[in-house]
Amino acid sequence: MPLKVIDKKKMASFVTSLMEEREVVGPVAKDGKFVFSPIDHYSQLRLDCPITLLPPKQYFLPQEEPILKYKLGEATRSEPVIEAKPRVIIGVHPCDINATWLLDLAFSTDNLDTNYMEKRKKAVIIGLDCNEPCDEHSFCKSMGSLAVEGGYDLFLTDIGDAYMVDYGSPAGMELLARHKVAREATEADMSRFRAVQDAKWPKFTYKLEMNVSDLPNLLAIGYDNPLWEELGKKCLACGACTLVCPTCYCFDIVDKLALNLKEGQRLRRWDSCQLPEFATVAGGENFRKARSDRQRHRFFRKGKYLTEMFGKMGCVGCGRCVRSCLVHIDPVEVYNTLKRTCAPGGWAQREVAAYQQGS
Amino acid sequence: MADQTSSPYQPTMAEMVKIEQLAEREKLFTLYLKDGRDLGHRAGQFVEVSVFGIGEAPIGVTSSPTRNGTFELCIREVGDVTRALHRMEPGSTVGIRGPFGNGFPIDKMRGKDLLFAPGGMGLPPLRSVIQQVLDERESFGRVIILYGARNPSELLFKDELAQWEARDDVEFHVTVDRGDENWTGNVGVITTLFPKVTINPRNTVALTVGPPVMYRFVLIELLSKGIQDGNIFLSLERRMKCGLGKCGHCQINSVYVCQKGPVFSYAQLKDLPEAI
Repeated sequence: MPLKVIDKKKMASFVTSLMEEREVVGPVAKDGKFVFSPIDHYSQLRLDCPITLLPPKQYFLPQEEPILKYKLGEATRSEPVIEAKPRVIIGVHPCDINATWLLDLAFSTDNLDTNYMEKRKKAVIIGLDCNEPCDEHSFCKSMGSLAVEGGYDLFLTDIGDAYMVDYGSPAGMELLARHKVAREATEADMSRFRAVQDAKWPKFTYKLEMNVSDLPNLLAIGYDNPLWEELGKKCLACGACTLVCPTCYCFDIVDKLALNLKEGQRLRRWDSCQLPEFATVAGGENFRKARSDRQRHRFFRKGKYLTEMFGKMGCVGCGRCVRSCLVHIDPVEVYNTLKRTCAPGGWAQREVAAYQQGS
Repeated sequence: MADQTSSPYQPTMAEMVKIEQLAEREKLFTLYLKDGRDLGHRAGQFVEVSVFGIGEAPIGVTSSPTRNGTFELCIREVGDVTRALHRMEPGSTVGIRGPFGNGFPIDKMRGKDLLFAPGGMGLPPLRSVIQQVLDERESFGRVIILYGARNPSELLFKDELAQWEARDDVEFHVTVDRGDENWTGNVGVITTLFPKVTINPRNTVALTVGPPVMYRFVLIELLSKGIQDGNIFLSLERRMKCGLGKCGHCQINSVYVCQKGPVFSYAQLKDLPEAI
């Protein structure tokens, strides 16, 4: 299928005509940083943004959303609430495309979550490649998330005064055909595209001292590494890392009664395994009381459990947690320290010790 | 295929037909689903009970699936939802989602001698499978029940305990951590009951449920009797919220307890260091 090109001077009219049919969300400037936000006018769109503070996950899993509404009284009844708005989310970088793919798997495997999937189905994702690293904190190349194999409807690569466009889905093809802004790629376009690709990869460095595919095993043998205690002492349990992480999706469910006490809503809102109360039950027992245990759990989720559940690496190396962490906890440092200090053992060592003690 | 308006968060309405005080903080609720269906649960599964306006709580089903029509929940008053449930009268409506979880491995238990070791609030979930076993008595070998409670006033299902004790095809022993002026039975923690029974470890399946602190000690007793890791089953409580393996609260290492549990064999726990 021949690649298409959208000249940058046509982007304004493309985005404007997209806005006529659905909400358009993209990176906008805010207080010196960038965030994903719906736009009122094409000029607000900042496709030159290196990276946003928050990933676009809020458009599939909002910070707070109603999932049920109910009426109390003679005949108590409830009904589901599923809000889903047609949207185009434009300017999604490879890290976030890969993270969204993981969230799609999480919410569709075993017990389909209709609240997430309805929003996801109604969203068109127009990705945008990164021609250089967003800053010194990202480590997407190490995590294998700088390449995209899918998870987008259209994917743009900046080749100077135009974007090369790759189709990812029939919806993407249909969108491009309907808006009539693309033209065929010429030889000149193709050679500029190849030049951009060739220049891109060396600009990103490998930061992990191991192959990312070794990470799950490294974590398994590093379960009892003293580094978790050190992290626990540093960590403030503020939860910022989980808030900004594109692959975090834990949530709480709370009821909210209206003032008339006759009706109400059940809401789902973001929660964090880093907060002290996360694993507490009503009787008072807290199953993950120590901060070191909670930090360890986070790294195991990102580097091992999510991969084993869904076949996609749980961390996309976007670096948002590093930028947000008040005490500068950095996954690259954690994984590299683990690699340097691990001795064969961990869980296996505990088994051998137990056997030797004759239990 | 889920249609657009269906949601796994939508409860089914259920009505309370009977409420009985079992002990100081525990009540037994008998419910039926208003649409007339059986709950259709396996012994060891739990439901999410909705008190609209307050929230949802995960409660293990305490009655056997062999007893159709109604189902029973034994609920201790410990938090907002359970307090609201305790204030309800017969005829009240609650929401029920589920049943969730894996349940006890009843098919692995057939033909075997069974050793049940409930501690405190561990009795309600085990009662569901004990009732099922007694309803299908010929399919199982010996039935041994070792029950420990903190004191006589916290013993649950006293009438049923008396029935179990009276049966000659059940070996029943009970102990309390601390007695009172009327108590004439065993005094001591649940582990003090284990020396009273001799079992054939090759043909015994053990099921134990109780507070987190109890497991380590009961496991030592079971393992020293020679029962294999794969034949010891525990039910682990965690904060089950969504029941669907999504919200994350019930995780023990890599597993969602609401999906892969709450019943685990001791062999499985080797890979879950956070478990006990």
